[in-house]
This record gives sequence, C-alpha cells and structure tokens, in this order.
Amino acid sequence: MTILIAIAALGGLTLVLATMLIVANRKLYVYEDPRIDVVEELLPSANCGACGLPGCRPFAEALVNGAVQPAQCTVSTEADRQAIADYLGVEMGDANKLVARLACAGGSHVARNRAQYTGVPSCRAAALVSGGGKGCSWGCLGFGDCEVVCDFDAITMDPHGLPVVDEEKCTACGDCVEVCPKDLFSLHPVSHQLWVACKNEEEGDGILEECEVACTACGKCAMDAGELITMENNLPVVHYDQYPQQQAPIQRCPTGAIVWLDKKLGAIKGAESKKIVRKGERPMGTS
Amino acid sequence: MRNLIKDIFTGRNGSFRHGIHPPENKDETNGRPIRQFDFAPLIILPLAQHIGAPSELVVREGQEVMRGQLLAKANGYVSVPLHAPVSGKIRKIANVPTIKGTMSPGIFLETFPYSTQEVLEGTPVDVNTASAEEILQGIQAAGIVGLGGAAFPTHVKLKVPEGKPCEYLMLNGIECEPYLTTDHRVMLEQEEDIFMGIRYLLKVTGAKKVIIGIEANKQDAADHLEATAPDDLPVTVKVVPVKYPQGSEKMLITALTGREVPSGGLPIDVGCVVVNIATTAEIGRLLPHGRGIQERVVTITGSGIRHKGNYLIPIGTPLRYVLEQVGAVDNISEVYMGGPMMGMAAANLDISIVKGTSGIVVFAENTVDRPGKVYPCIKCAACVEACPLMLNPSKLGILAKYEDYDTMAERYHLMDCFECGACSYVCPSHIPLVQYFRLSKSIVRKRQKAQPTA
Repeated sequence: MTILIAIAALGGLTLVLATMLIVANRKLYVYEDPRIDVVEELLPSANCGACGLPGCRPFAEALVNGAVQPAQCTVSTEADRQAIADYLGVEMGDANKLVARLACAGGSHVARNRAQYTGVPSCRAAALVSGGGKGCSWGCLGFGDCEVVCDFDAITMDPHGLPVVDEEKCTACGDCVEVCPKDLFSLHPVSHQLWVACKNEEEGDGILEECEVACTACGKCAMDAGELITMENNLPVVHYDQYPQQQAPIQRCPTGAIVWLDKKLGAIKGAESKKIVRKGERPMGTS
Repeated sequence: MRNLIKDIFTGRNGSFRHGIHPPENKDETNGRPIRQFDFAPLIILPLAQHIGAPSELVVREGQEVMRGQLLAKANGYVSVPLHAPVSGKIRKIANVPTIKGTMSPGIFLETFPYSTQEVLEGTPVDVNTASAEEILQGIQAAGIVGLGGAAFPTHVKLKVPEGKPCEYLMLNGIECEPYLTTDHRVMLEQEEDIFMGIRYLLKVTGAKKVIIGIEANKQDAADHLEATAPDDLPVTVKVVPVKYPQGSEKMLITALTGREVPSGGLPIDVGCVVVNIATTAEIGRLLPHGRGIQERVVTITGSGIRHKGNYLIPIGTPLRYVLEQVGAVDNISEVYMGGPMMGMAAANLDISIVKGTSGIVVFAENTVDRPGKVYPCIKCAACVEACPLMLNPSKLGILAKYEDYDTMAERYHLMDCFECGACSYVCPSHIPLVQYFRLSKSIVRKRQKAQPTA
C-alpha cells in the first residue's frame, strides 16, 4: 500500500511539473533562426574580433539579419565564405584580403643600437625607457610583442629581430597594430605591393648613421611617379587609388626604403639601393 | 607625548609609514656651491618640456633673440611659455630628440659667442599690489613648472578650488632622491628668493601657515632657513627623518601633518598645497622682474664624472656638451636624468637639459651592480613592507606578468602607484616590479582612452 501511495504521489508530481514545463515552453517560446547555428558552424570559431563584432556567434547573427557580408570575416577561407553566401543566398561581398604590413626594415644587421636595454623583454616596456635602445626613434625594437600577441602564428621574428608576416596566415585581426608601441603595423590589402618600409620623419642623410635602409626623404621615388607617390612629412606616401602601381619608383631609391612586395620573392629592392651583405649584427654605436 | 603615543600606534615615527632607505651618496656634492655653467654654442629646446599642451612658437627661423625673450607662448591653461635661455640666433625649427625617445618639435638656438648675455626684463609682478589672479598669471608667464622633476605647470597646481580652503602651504625641501643636492644648495644659497617666493605663494593660496619640510641629512639648510626667516612670515621649519620616497607630495603631507591624501585625490582635499623649494625660489627671483625661467640648478654627480658639483645650467644645454664640460670619463655606462630612483635613463646623449632635470647621475663601467637573474616571487612581502602607498606590489607583479591589467587597475589600485621604485629596490628576486607597473599603467591609460565610457 505504502509503495502505491509513493508511486502515485511522485507520478502526480511528475505530471504537474511536466504540464508546467509544456505550458512554459509554449508561452515563453523565443524563435531563433536555425540558420544562425548552421552559419556559425561554417565560421572559423576564432573569436578574434577582426570583423568588428564581439565574436563568431554575434557575427553569425548579423549575417543572418543581413547586417554584414560574409567577406567581412577575414579569417575564413574563400570556400567557407562562398558556402555561407550560397546558404544564405546573399552576395559574398568584396573579399579584399587584408594583411598586416610592417613599416620598418631596420633589423639588427642594418640598424644600430645606441644604448643597451636590459629590463623586461617587451617592446612596450622598452619603449617607455627612453624609447628603447635603438638608434632610430621610429624603428622596430625587436622584442616581438607582435609575435606573442598574434593568435594565428602569422608573425615570426627573423634572425635580425624583425617580425615577418606570413600573408597566408594573417587574418588582419589588428592585434599587432594595437600592440606595437612604435605604431609600425598597419592593415593593407594584399594588392598594395608598393610599400614604404620606413617611418623616419627626419630629412637628410643623418639617419643613415643609425640605419642603412632608412628613408632620407630624398624624394627620388616621388620625382616622376606622378600622382602615385607624394612626399608628406619627409616620407613618401603611396596613393593606392592611383593605378597602375608600378615597380619603377623602387628603382631610384638609394637606400631601399621603398620596396615591391612580391608574393613569392618577398620584398624586392631597386637596383640603385646599396646591397646589404652583413649577416651578423651591426656594431653598436659609440654614443 | 600624545604625538609619541600616536606615532607608536600608527607606526609613522615622525614620518610616513613604510618606505626604504637607500644609500644617500650626497656627500660629494652637498658642500659645493652652485656655479654658473658655460653657454653651449648650440642650445636645443623641445617645445614640450612640461606636462600639458606643448608651447606654441612665436619666433621664426633666422630670428635673433635676446636672453629671456619669449620663444613660444602657452597653448591653453595647462601649458607654460618658453623663454630664450641665451642671446642668439634661431638656426632651425625642427624635431629635436627628447628623453622619451621620440622626436618632438623644438628650436635650435645658436648662441652669440660675444654677447653679454644680459637678461631681458618684463612687466614686474609686485607682491604687495598684485591680486592673486595676477600672480598666477605671472607664474604662468614666467614659464614656471615643478622643478622637482615632474614639470607640472605650477600655476595650475596653485589654483585653489572654491570651497576648499588651503590651511598649510608646504615647501618641499626633502630631496629624498639619492645623489641629488640641488634643493640643498638652493636652500643654503637662495634664502632671500625662497622667502620672496613664499610671499607670492601665501597671497595666491591664502594659506595661514607655511611649513618647510627638510630631511635630517640637511640640518645645516634647516638651521640656515630658520635663522634667516623674516619675522613677519608664518614659517616653521620641520626636520623629518631620512626616508625614501618622502619627497613625494602625498608622503610629505603625511610626514608633516599626519593627514592622508585620499586615493585619486589632491593635496588640497586635506587643506594642503605643496610646492618644491627650488620652484619657490624661482618664483621669488623671476616675478619681481617679470622674467621667464631660463636656467636651473642641476646636480651632476656619479662615478663617471670628474668635476662633480651643482651647476646653474641654461635650459636646453645639450647633455653631450654638459658631460664634456664636467669631464665625464670615457667608459660611461649609465646616464640618468634625475636621480637613480625615479630618474629616466637616457638612451641618447643628444637630448638636452629641460626644466624638469634636477640632476644628472653618470656611472662608469663596472661601478654599478647589474640586476641579477630574475627569480620567481617568493612572497616574502618585502615589497609590501616598502610600498609607501600600502599597495601589494607582489600581487600586482604576478598579475602584470599574466597581463591581467584590468584586475590590477580595478581591484589592486594600480593607478595609485607613482613609480617610486621602492618595491623593485627591496625585491630579493630582482623582479623589475616598477617597470611592470609603468608598463601596466600605460596600457590601462591607453585602454581608458579607447573607451571613455568603460
């Protein structure tokens, strides 16, 4: 008898609670587009924020609502973007791949250090101590904060202490842009091949004392490049909206500060630029 | 007696709590009178020598200027003008190197070699007739900033907000930084300027009492000021035990009055205004003549210097020229602008003396111990015992290592840290704590700038 009462009581309770759950499910139901889950599956789950949204789920929601285009996710592959576009029946958008570019070529073999820095091995920390030991005030300090911050292993430090960006892996998330204390990184479409790899704003040959590949603001590259290159603040500025880009300007650069970035060959320097043959470190300065 | 019992309970012992006592090393220069320095053939003047907006140029290239002439005017309220430290010709207006390691706009001024170097006089500000507002304007027009090292415009600091009465005017003659003897010599040699400056400051702040705080290692300066103080000035000289960082504003207030400035607050919140003693002397010297600041006292010392001493150096004198004149040894390894505790290491000898340079400490090779290998934190709490602000540097250091900057700022009061370096000094594991905090503070500030609402 006791067992029957127990069964009946528990059974009754189950029924009541089940009814409440059913009612709650009907009354409080929130419709969620099932496509969001599908789209999220197709996204890379990197949650890097490069699209400008907090993560991949919000980006998927925005995609389904039509607020963004699949191409705005710089991390996903071409095929994935196309798959999302096909699934949602929308345009893929302008898939102009962006990559991070470093505006410095002064590795330890060409740029000298003025002072020796011993402290927390981080660019940001070194930059706060008298700007770091580098002779050039604008140059890369080479402690690799960008290498550490990159979630996609796209940045590696070369033997001369300069970060090298793997354009295949780079997703233009912008973390390196933010972390660099000298503001040397910027995001550019891969199609921008003419590149000024220097940020020195001083005019004249004095800077060559500190770095052999610095821009001396001689203006030779801009001389007959027409609208393509103008000199601003003692640095050449490439106007990428002026087509066609051409390799001619790099040929006149005496130091090799302006380069042509080739997908296979890397940075190509002009014939006029002095050849850098030093393999080891450039000797430290006397002051 | 009551004070003694209070001191025992609060652990203050006539000073502030915690702090350290590094070797003073002041003996070599504190007996040397201030000497006028030679005029360098080329003066390099950055336009941003103070905290706030850089000064705005009023001269052009090629112009001939007289010593004391206005070169750049104040650009806004938190800014001060810049005056010519020498008579000469402006050779170039271009970027100049600064202690921060960046290039910033500045002036290259070529000194006339045969000039008498007479100083131009301006409109005098009379202490008896000028109103408080006029004196404040006069202080700004003279280009005066905190000469202790921070270079914060003095007139901004002196502006007492309404509803907050200023009870004490405190003159900071502590000079707790090792090696430096600038303020010591100023107190011994420029007492008239100091008392003149006090008259101006009393009028501006409306304070009723003046306390001059001096550390016990400068007893002669304290005696001298006490003996020469005019009878009509409400001045008391208070000698406090030697301790670092007592020269910090907040520590000084605690040491002299027992009051504590709240976190994020200003000295005026506890009824105090603190002014550096050299700044006071400068106000007293310049305002009666309407002049601008064009030189300052700098202690040059350290194992790498042959002719150590206290020099009156024109602002903008290149560091390289200074080192040549005082006979720096060939194998110098470290140069600090300011003292060894809170000063900045100079990575470049082409920078120049600015208004905030209180000393130049140069060490020769192999005369300083390099910090050894960095070991993990052993949680000995030596840094907690040392921190004058009662922070927990150990915890902060661990958080900094894991880059948890938001927690540091929100839960462990990172932004209260004023980078005195006491924690790094005592750390047996050689953890560069203060460098971590400086980095963390800069990152937190950058983040706050990016999202002002958060």
